[in-house]
Amino acid sequence: MTATAQVSRAKPKRQPSYMKDGRPRSWTSIIVTVLLAILWSIPTLGLLINSLRSRDDIVTSGWWTVVADPFGQGWTWDNYVGVFTGAADMGVGFLNTVVVAVPATILPIMFAAFAAYAFTFLNFRFKETLFVIIVGVMVVPIQVAFQPMLNLLGPNGIGISGEFVATWLLHTGFGMPLCVYTLRNYMSTLPYSVVESAKIDGASHYQTFWLLVAPMAMPAIAAFATLQFLWVWNDLLIAKLFLAPSNATVIVQLQQLLGTQGQGEELLSAGAFFSMALPILVFFFLQRFFVRGLTSGSVKG
Amino acid sequence: MTAAAAPAESPPRKVGGARPARIVIGVIGAVVVAWAAANVFLALAYYPEWFFDNRLLMAVIGMIAGVGGAALLFYFVNVFIEGLPQRFSEGVIPYVFVFPSFFLLGLVLVYPTVQTINYSFASNDSTAYVGFDNYVAIFGSGEFWLSLTNNALWLIVVPAVTVVVGLVVALFADRLSAQGEKVAKSFIFLPMAISFVAASTIWAIQIYSPNPDIGLLNSIVTSLGGDAQNWIRVDTLRLNSFLMMVILIWMQAGFAMILLSGGIKGVPEETLEAARMDGANEVQVFFRVIVPQIKGTMITVFITVTILVLKVFDIIYVLTNGQASTNVIANLFFQELFTFQRAGRASAIVVVLLILVTPILIYQVRHYRKEAAR
Repeated sequence: MTATAQVSRAKPKRQPSYMKDGRPRSWTSIIVTVLLAILWSIPTLGLLINSLRSRDDIVTSGWWTVVADPFGQGWTWDNYVGVFTGAADMGVGFLNTVVVAVPATILPIMFAAFAAYAFTFLNFRFKETLFVIIVGVMVVPIQVAFQPMLNLLGPNGIGISGEFVATWLLHTGFGMPLCVYTLRNYMSTLPYSVVESAKIDGASHYQTFWLLVAPMAMPAIAAFATLQFLWVWNDLLIAKLFLAPSNATVIVQLQQLLGTQGQGEELLSAGAFFSMALPILVFFFLQRFFVRGLTSGSVKG
Repeated sequence: MTAAAAPAESPPRKVGGARPARIVIGVIGAVVVAWAAANVFLALAYYPEWFFDNRLLMAVIGMIAGVGGAALLFYFVNVFIEGLPQRFSEGVIPYVFVFPSFFLLGLVLVYPTVQTINYSFASNDSTAYVGFDNYVAIFGSGEFWLSLTNNALWLIVVPAVTVVVGLVVALFADRLSAQGEKVAKSFIFLPMAISFVAASTIWAIQIYSPNPDIGLLNSIVTSLGGDAQNWIRVDTLRLNSFLMMVILIWMQAGFAMILLSGGIKGVPEETLEAARMDGANEVQVFFRVIVPQIKGTMITVFITVTILVLKVFDIIYVLTNGQASTNVIANLFFQELFTFQRAGRASAIVVVLLILVTPILIYQVRHYRKEAAR
């Protein structure tokens, strides 16, 4: 026993240890990445800790005191309770955000998928020009839309501003270029022979799209959906400008809470964490798709 | 999805001939579906009480009307097209598939762009043209130049630092075991899922709080014998702007890391081995072998972050609302439009923003053309 222990203790000095895949284990890399990971998590971790401390603790001591004295703290759920019973009920806000985000994620896919199909498998005049427009429009800042769309959707226009419909329309439009771009990129990797043989079998383009191409493009659709969902969920501007106060999303509520400093300050951490909870879950469970979405179409205006 | 099964029983077509019944059904169906879907959406906006003021019900109906409506619309249009003589139908179908997307794009992006340029030459209630008055006003205002300078600072710092940080993480994580790499990346990547507002909240309270008891930065400074500061208000050397940039870098580093990591993994092992055989050390291998091969990815990341930085808004709006010399163009626009109710000037500011993104737009289109040509 002692002999083997000595041998194994002596070994690392002369030879680097190896990982499972046969590459040498790099301690510098391990230390650097661990440090960076800690550094990157500190702000979020602090938020989580603070959201669970009592009001007195939050305003008198930093969250890091928890590390030295984990049991001397006034741990409490009160802040989370306060978030639901305060001036702005974030439970309603959460529901509002779901109501905004889910249709705003699905609707652009519906329209963009057909366009992407045409751009990938069909030939037509102005195809290149139209696709260049898609690429160009991705860069246009959404600020251009505010004044004209407020006029168009507002009381002097068709009067839907303030309702969820308005945000669905805007997010669908703003998400469209990226969605077409992402889906076309993916569809162009699918074998053209599939579409060709469907055509020979007498399928219309509509059938080919629904029965063959849409199911095959699911990975790209999931990738875009994850990206768009997070984007819509986290959006402040459109929600703030185009939703009535009773329809406000959690992000808008959080921004208002942050604006009224002092009173209700202890609710900020809990409110912030509550607003992040669903995106973080989505992020962890759909990380694979999210990454693919980012890598396939990274530019969005 | 339900529509998928429907067209299966279409009769064997006589090649080339027109079929009037299909044309009629298709046109009527498409018009009815479009009309119905539009009315459902308007009803959702005008008469929430019809839906018992129930938000979830409204969302479900909205999704059914949107997705089902689109599927049915495309279906009827397809019926119509199949009714056309074949030489027409093949030519028409691509435009039909592309049209709804472009209609929406036109409605929410192209039309507003034209209209904004139009408004920028009009008075604040957009009732009369005032020539270049709005441009004269914004170019003559100190706040505008301050915002422009701040945007320039953000542009110089954030994209470059984000790329470097992302590269460092990607390089080191690449040398970990597969499992370790995944975990380490998740940590760096997590802030990407957080909203700008929540991220600003996190940093404002946990890190930059003026109270040395609860703000980490002040706690460190005071423990080293310094004085506590209200960091977000310290505009000496634009320190507060830099502190806000840290938040954006914190959020975007994960994105840079993901793309660059993919790039690094795509570098062929042989090129690295060959360089090492020739006696290159790791630093040389990195700068002479890896960097040239991932330059394309680095540019992509750089440009994406640049676009983001040009329109950076939420962080500044939430933390200072442009006070203490932190204003940026997007926030100035917001102030002009809503605080001062000057639509003319606000539009002129957006036009400036549009001009600023134009070089990127041109680059993107060129880049796409080059890729497509390959």
